[in-house]
Amino acid sequence: MQTYSYYPGCSLHGTAKEYDRSLNLVAGKLGFELREIADWNCCGATAAHSTNELLGLALPARNLMLAATDGRPVLAPCAMCYNRMKVAQHELQDSSKRQVVERLLGRSEKLISEKKVSWSEQVSVVSLLQALAGDGIQAAIKEAVLKPLKGLKVVCYYGCLLVRPPEIIQPDNLENPQTMDRLVALLGAEVLDWPFKTECCGGSLALARTDIVLALGRRLLGMARDVGADCIVTACPMCHSNLDTRQGQIKAKFGESFDMPIFYVTELMGLAFGFTPKELLLDKHLTDAIKIVKRDDCPERSEGSRVTHHENKD
Amino acid sequence: MTRIGVFVCHCGSNIARTVDVKRVAEAVGQMPNVIFSTDYMFMCSEPGQKLIQDAIREHNLDRVVVAACSPTMHFKTFSGAIQRAGLNPYLIEMANIREHCSWVHPDKAIGTEKATDIVEMAAAKTRWLEPLFPRAIGVTRRALVIGGGIAGIQAALDIANADVEVVLVERSPSIGGRMAQLDKTFPTLDCSGCILTPRMTEVAQHPNITLHTWAEVEAVRGFVGNFEVDVLHKPRYVDAAKCTGCGECLTRCPWKNFPSEFDEGMGTRPAIYRPFPQAVPNIPVIDADNCVALKSLREEPGRTKPKCGACSKFCPRQAIDLNQQPTITTEKIGAIVLANGFSLFDPTVYGEYGYGRYPDVITSIQMERLMNAAGPTGGEIRRPSDGKHPRSVVFLACIGSRDDRVGRPYCSKICCMYTAKHAIMLKEHDPHVQSFVFYMDVRAGGKGYEEFTRRAQEEYGACYVRGRVSKVYPERDHLVVMGEDTLMGMPVQVEADLVVLATGVQPQTDADRMARKLGISYDGYGFINESHPKLNPVESNTAGILLAGMTVGPKDIPESVSQASAAAAKVLGLLSQPTLLGEAMVSWVSQERCTGCFTCEAVCPFNAIDKVALRDGRQAAQINEGLCKGCGLCASACPGKVITSRGFSDQALLEQMIVLFRERELVSR
Amino acid sequence: MVTFKADQPIAGNALLSRIRDRSGVRVHDCYQCGKCSAGCPVAQFMDLMPRQIMRAIQLGQTDLVLRSSTIWLCASCHTCSVRCPMEIDVARVMDCLRHIARAERIPPAEKNIVLSHELFLESVKRLGRLYEVGLVAGLNLGTLKPFANVSDVGLPLFVRGKLNLLPTRAGGVDLKRIFAEKKRDR
Repeated sequence: MQTYSYYPGCSLHGTAKEYDRSLNLVAGKLGFELREIADWNCCGATAAHSTNELLGLALPARNLMLAATDGRPVLAPCAMCYNRMKVAQHELQDSSKRQVVERLLGRSEKLISEKKVSWSEQVSVVSLLQALAGDGIQAAIKEAVLKPLKGLKVVCYYGCLLVRPPEIIQPDNLENPQTMDRLVALLGAEVLDWPFKTECCGGSLALARTDIVLALGRRLLGMARDVGADCIVTACPMCHSNLDTRQGQIKAKFGESFDMPIFYVTELMGLAFGFTPKELLLDKHLTDAIKIVKRDDCPERSEGSRVTHHENKD
Repeated sequence: MTRIGVFVCHCGSNIARTVDVKRVAEAVGQMPNVIFSTDYMFMCSEPGQKLIQDAIREHNLDRVVVAACSPTMHFKTFSGAIQRAGLNPYLIEMANIREHCSWVHPDKAIGTEKATDIVEMAAAKTRWLEPLFPRAIGVTRRALVIGGGIAGIQAALDIANADVEVVLVERSPSIGGRMAQLDKTFPTLDCSGCILTPRMTEVAQHPNITLHTWAEVEAVRGFVGNFEVDVLHKPRYVDAAKCTGCGECLTRCPWKNFPSEFDEGMGTRPAIYRPFPQAVPNIPVIDADNCVALKSLREEPGRTKPKCGACSKFCPRQAIDLNQQPTITTEKIGAIVLANGFSLFDPTVYGEYGYGRYPDVITSIQMERLMNAAGPTGGEIRRPSDGKHPRSVVFLACIGSRDDRVGRPYCSKICCMYTAKHAIMLKEHDPHVQSFVFYMDVRAGGKGYEEFTRRAQEEYGACYVRGRVSKVYPERDHLVVMGEDTLMGMPVQVEADLVVLATGVQPQTDADRMARKLGISYDGYGFINESHPKLNPVESNTAGILLAGMTVGPKDIPESVSQASAAAAKVLGLLSQPTLLGEAMVSWVSQERCTGCFTCEAVCPFNAIDKVALRDGRQAAQINEGLCKGCGLCASACPGKVITSRGFSDQALLEQMIVLFRERELVSR
Repeated sequence: MVTFKADQPIAGNALLSRIRDRSGVRVHDCYQCGKCSAGCPVAQFMDLMPRQIMRAIQLGQTDLVLRSSTIWLCASCHTCSVRCPMEIDVARVMDCLRHIARAERIPPAEKNIVLSHELFLESVKRLGRLYEVGLVAGLNLGTLKPFANVSDVGLPLFVRGKLNLLPTRAGGVDLKRIFAEKKRDR
């Protein structure tokens, strides 16, 4: 049974609760364990690396050091956190930068030396897609599917951070990645090709320049709709937030109504494994993600939807 | 006793700035046997050479040292000078005090000391130089041209017209090469086939040209004037003697939908095919991998009758022969012209452009086939996705060129011109179409070229936008091209019905293998190295092998044709004499002492060691002086020390070491 | 208008060298093809195109660069870096320019963006993690738009229990040290 040191990041216990919940349910079904890293700190996201190089490296480095004490691989489901930790690992191969950070985090270094683990090289950091990529896990996923997502047309949205920079992240294909597509196909859904798999959603500009994020979101939602998708699936809380929570604002500004549900990969997996939308916290999305689950043209889901419907009445 | 003259060159300030040449001349003048030692501004100049010749006569010199640049620059110059003064041309040693000394040591004290050592070593060596006499080599008065594109065709015709026999080998079913694929040629907009096919016919009919198509060069042995070339003749499965080229078989073949190589995948062809209607020779070829009949015979050994007999049945001359086998013939050849052409960059690596993912993103050569009236769409420009005529066509320049990221930093030279040609021709095909060209620079250096590219914009309305495109993606029924107009400083998006990628020039797909067969060198990209990029563009570094066309690097048709004629002239020069002079500084085996261990043969990189039987029946090594390059590996490897490197004897080299390490006890001769 | 003086080094200008020393990126290699600007998702909102920033660096135009909105609107998506034919890491140059602008205390062209970063980091400094409510409140006050994103995003999130009203703490002594060091560096 694979055990990961779990790094939720600031969003998974808050604005991306659904991601955390669905991940835990799915992990249970697939037989891997998540142990949250104690006293983890914020990775610094965009704010740190954009304004100060030291912060951009030291904040994720502290988490790497905490993880290094038990030597387990780190699972960071948030694409931003994953990206920052991988970049910090890479940058801190430069010994002069490494020494500055180690000096600042001296106490943790002592822990490292006791366990004789070198944090910068040996801690393995994986994204959600990487954790679900191995042959063993893929077989387990196939087995766990009880209610294939037949008839559900999905486009996979990777965003920036799961593919770039390619020397560090090493995606399977820089311009046309397939790992999420293959994963969602295993769930029985119809995965559509689309050209915006890795286009930026605007990221952290959401608060200070909401206008930009609305324009980019509109473009993404429009293309998903044009290729015939019922929903968009993602593995990044920032992308999810920008696309899920702002469809109302997009409608107000541009007069365009999309009503396009945005799922986390683990939510779709949870649905396919037989969990109910309520269990998966689908009711916490801002753009309705439940009615699509109860569609009549998805015959396999009739049993599940009855259960869901019953619970929602309360 | 030898009488040595030493001449130290200033080379302007190239040497004199960091080496005190006067002091060097003085120091070396103190050595025993150095009768005369002087310095001069430019030794290679006429007065410089005269200085050497006068000194030889006045002081009765019998050995000369010229301390100057590298022997690759001027050995021949000084060798010729002393020969004209009556000395054997090999009684000279050049001391390289420029590339090996003045150019790498900025400190004059160090430079002068080292230069003195170098020249003293050279002077010491000259005492051991012997007169050398190059051998005469016989010459086979026949030429081989590899590659039947326009360069190969031109070279073959020029050589044949001088009444020398030519063998032309082309590996595709017809000659014509890339030019046959083109619709029109820039800047004249001549119909490519119309200007090419008369040359092709001339080749076919020329009494001095033996044409082998669907054939490849398998192996090359020998040396200049004396090559032996094995030619592999692939089976056509059609008897060339009987076939009239009527074309009946092509219409009868039931399997018509294989991707056509000639149409660059935009069209199809049957299993028995000719690449294009004006093919020379006009004899079809059967695609053995896909022909149902041949496959059945191959895969079912018990079979007597092939599974399909359509072409055999309907051929009025019974010219189909499914039993044909590949054959190898050996040609005796005096000189070879390599004109094996080029391939084009595969833009699939640019994931952002979607080539191979989106059907309406094509390459320029594919556009050329669409434009050609004999092409897959009968000359109509149609979108591959739905067959509709495009309203807007966007051209992207520099695809796979000027791009470090894909390992192609060079410019492919012809794309700016062929793209302008396409923009013009597109408008000729359809006056309503709008073309856009996303470029970085417009390179139009040839005669009439700049005017041509201006015409595309001024007369034919092509919209040229300066900026590289970042991404091409599909949106509903069209493509969107994302670029920047760098002259305006604004992002631009163009809705395109068709996107054409101007792919760059690359070496031929197996250029390196061919180069190794011929024993010639190539650069990091695979383009063949010319002997000197400025002054010797059509000779390779291997005597007897000439180069023409794109195989050396990107160029347009006039340049390819010029190079072909230049190569032909060089071939005729080589073959015009009954004998050639070989290289004199080669190695030599003392056969009386050779034990026949053949260690030398094992180490020789040029296959220059032959095994011969001596009169007493013993086996001994013999060096083929035509192949030997004088590298000296055999001499150093020989356990019995029976091999001498002429011009580099053991005594000479030891003498140099003795001088260098300052033991000045010279053995007197 | 830009004037180049006779004794002014262009190829080795101060800004170009500083960027090369800090980040290793050779901005000098840029041949102005525009592929970076063409693929940049936020280029249409910028005053200078990313390509123009590269050119300005080559010409030593420090003020123009550090006072642009470009460096702050950049979303670090790295599309430019992965497609540049000269393999220039444009996104890294943007990071570097932001660091320099902060160190030199240049007033940013995009005040709100910088404010949002500062509030984010303030939260991390005090609490070790992001406290969203604090960030949005601070930003709305700072931009004098008290109701932005409240009724249409904030409230629905809160109602669904996704906005924690009370912050959690983490990091302790380590973070104090990190931020103290950062202050020296600015």
